[in-house]
Amino acid sequence: MAKIKGSIVINIDRCKGCEVCMVTCPTGTIAMAKEVNKQGYYYAFPAHPDLCIGCASCAIVCPDGVITVYKTKI
Amino acid sequence: MAEVTGIKEYIKPENLVYTRTKLMTENVLHYCPGCGHSTAHRILAEVIDEEGLQSETIGVCPVGCSVFLYNYIDVDVQEAAHGRAPAVATAVKRLMPDKFVFTYQGDGDLAAIGTAETIHSCNRGENILIIFINNGIYGMTGGQMAPTTLEGMKTATCPYGRDVKLMGYPLKITEIVATLPGTYYVTRQSVHTPANVRKTKKAIKKAVQYQKLNKGTCFIEIVSNCPSGWKMTPVQANKWMEENMFAKYPLGDIKTPVE
Repeated sequence: MAKIKGSIVINIDRCKGCEVCMVTCPTGTIAMAKEVNKQGYYYAFPAHPDLCIGCASCAIVCPDGVITVYKTKI
Repeated sequence: MAEVTGIKEYIKPENLVYTRTKLMTENVLHYCPGCGHSTAHRILAEVIDEEGLQSETIGVCPVGCSVFLYNYIDVDVQEAAHGRAPAVATAVKRLMPDKFVFTYQGDGDLAAIGTAETIHSCNRGENILIIFINNGIYGMTGGQMAPTTLEGMKTATCPYGRDVKLMGYPLKITEIVATLPGTYYVTRQSVHTPANVRKTKKAIKKAVQYQKLNKGTCFIEIVSNCPSGWKMTPVQANKWMEENMFAKYPLGDIKTPVE
């Protein structure tokens, strides 16, 4: 059976660290970084990139539109 | 642009599922982390982009947090005096009937200072789209009580909670305008989960299409959060909104066009 794999790109300069994407992600791909971006926020990053299924829930709910989502079948 | 990426081999243009629309400018939004305004801006920009209305759109922005809307959405925007956005939009639409005209207002703007303008432009059935962001508080000025503040909710000007005997009841302006004959489509949505964002986007899309029919005012209320004003984290604010705001302001269509 074909597996669906996804990948996200997060523009960390725009991220405000609201954590909404982290709680929305159904697979727990996203976590918050231990360091801050240039605005001083703990930004979101794909901590477990292999779990991503490319559902785009994070990108749809992200208030600042910082996430770009790619999806492919392998 | 600094960025972090997932697995690089999947990142190809043909695999692209979602990216921020080109209609949103590169400016970093000034809203607080987790604010519903940002999501509402983005889906509005997406709908305008998908409908191909960029050069046909004139927005009217209010006074309040969303006063800088013109910095973020790449369409023509006119600034209005506090609460007067529907009156300005009326003039714009009557002078340029071919354009798509929307107003974007908060609860302090639309339901307090601009109540008369809102009700009368809806009653006249002006062909404009009114987007109403309801977060139950005056966000920009420091979290004072708004007409839509819930009973018992604490704000800067009612620190012991809203007492309805003294301060009146929360105003459900969306239900009020739904009773007016001039409105064509009235709905209440929210933007805190992916499912709700999709529903809101559909509602805005419908409203934009109804505007082309020139049948009357379309009114979309978006129940939103105000993490800074409510003194919560964005995630807590979304949860609090689900538990308390939705009980008073239930989601769903309030007035749909009769076929």
